[in-house]
Amino acid sequence: MKQILTVANKEFQDGLRNRWLVSITIIFAILSIGLTYFGAAASGSLGITSLSTTVASLASLAVFLIPLIALLLSYDSFVGEQESGTLLLLLTYPLSKTQLLLGKFIGQGGIIALATLLGFGASAILLYFQLGDNGVLKTFALFIASAILLGLSFTAIAYLISLSVSEKSKAAGFALITWFLFALAFDLALLALLVGIDNGLTQQGLTQLMILNPADIFRLVNLAGLDSSDVNGVLAIAINASLSQGQLFSILIAWVILPLTLATFIFKKKKL
Amino acid sequence: MNGPLVSLNDVGKSYRQLDALTSVNMTLNQGEVLGLFGHNGAGKTTMMKLILGVISPSQGQIKVMGGAPDSKEAWHLREKIGYLPENVSFYEQLTGLEVLTYFTKLKGFSGKESKKYAVSLLEQVGVAHAMKRQVKTYSKGMRQRLGLAQAFIGEPKLLLLDEPTVGLDPLATADFYKTVDQLKSQGTSVILCSHVLPGVEQHIDRALILSSGKVLAMGTLAHLRNKANLAVAIRPSGLNGTVLEDAQLNAFFCKTSNNLLVPENKKMTVLKQLLSYENLIDIEVETASLERIYQYYLTLDKKELSPQSTVQGVGK
Repeated sequence: MKQILTVANKEFQDGLRNRWLVSITIIFAILSIGLTYFGAAASGSLGITSLSTTVASLASLAVFLIPLIALLLSYDSFVGEQESGTLLLLLTYPLSKTQLLLGKFIGQGGIIALATLLGFGASAILLYFQLGDNGVLKTFALFIASAILLGLSFTAIAYLISLSVSEKSKAAGFALITWFLFALAFDLALLALLVGIDNGLTQQGLTQLMILNPADIFRLVNLAGLDSSDVNGVLAIAINASLSQGQLFSILIAWVILPLTLATFIFKKKKL
Repeated sequence: MNGPLVSLNDVGKSYRQLDALTSVNMTLNQGEVLGLFGHNGAGKTTMMKLILGVISPSQGQIKVMGGAPDSKEAWHLREKIGYLPENVSFYEQLTGLEVLTYFTKLKGFSGKESKKYAVSLLEQVGVAHAMKRQVKTYSKGMRQRLGLAQAFIGEPKLLLLDEPTVGLDPLATADFYKTVDQLKSQGTSVILCSHVLPGVEQHIDRALILSSGKVLAMGTLAHLRNKANLAVAIRPSGLNGTVLEDAQLNAFFCKTSNNLLVPENKKMTVLKQLLSYENLIDIEVETASLERIYQYYLTLDKKELSPQSTVQGVGK
């Protein structure tokens, strides 16, 4: 355990030193505060909009940003150390591969989690004081918790990439492709299935397909409880047949644990 | 501990198509310094990785301090092993002290004592003046010293050093060998892997020469020198051509290097003969250097592969 914490502490410090924590927090804070105030600009008015509009806009932005940030933060985690030779050195220490992986995950995951909490928490507090509604805190708690899980999930996926390739530049390429597939292409494919093929997909079938993408689960968690007028696209259909929040969260947690387990497995098989 | 600290018994390691090592037998006793020599890709690093337990052998047995290094039981022994990899570049954005503190903690030191210990190690290798600077500002020599400090953490019983003197200036190299001698006297066993041959010989007890994954020769330098029967270079001065007139000495004379190349067993006879000349003012005797021994065994290996050519024992 001590070894895990030593590694986690080092990775967290790296995140502070490289200004990751500050940058991510600022991006999230500006986005969320901006959307809170100007979310209704399209409809011709400024000022605080309804809670559901705000969360809907936040969720549709976060679903692109968080995976990208998590992948950027972690894609070179292992392949970078392999290239500089420190990975081999670390493994000659009394430190197991699982300990190293978990340590890195706790450290880098901590950066993502803290930045999400601070960045989006800022607008939660702002909205709470403006609206004086307890519902704000509850909705935002749900939003932030699922956003953190989304971040952790893509951190684990980034480790999978980082452990499977042997060059940093390749890892960067794969990270980009992964982001594109999960954040953009997956939904387009679903839409194509829905529209292009008559009776090709039932609502049930669509929801089942959506749990194959952590980004879509994140959307489902956050949009399911909102007025459907704020939600459009594939989601609006899926939401009607949606799973319970508890089930969605379990699937999202599985999307953290499964890639992490698989990454440990790959790491153990990895030739050094 | 009884018996050797490290023993390799018919060890081989092969990757898919490549045999990185084939049937290596070797032992290393406590307090012994072994020099590991070989060209690039000869299997030196593979051998070190096997001893470290980072990879497992395809065949044969390895024992380090009584156990297999890749087993779970050998886990705690890793605190007593120091390793300096070749071409390691430490976390550039951290300071030297931060890097070393991190590694010290991973070797099992508690948070408080680790920093103090890291400082003392940095002082020992001579980078304490730069410990608050980021590693990316370090020169190659300073990085190498930092790597050495890292290998010295926890007073290891076994040290594996891959190219430790690369990038070190002559003064730092001398410092390094002093440290090796010191560790050796404390009972540390060292495996030293090096391309830079001059300067190593005084500090190693035995040498192991590897080529394409096979052991070409192993033993003390004197033993290897004898076996190779390499010539001793003798350069007398003040004789002004008398050497050439002496039929016996003339046989050993080498025109290109302008000295006498004498087989080891004839060395004393020739020396006595030279000393009998009254006008002799100085005499230089140079036994075969490690470099020549190394080259001898390498060419021997190549000649064995092509049986047409003959093996020359004494020669240039």
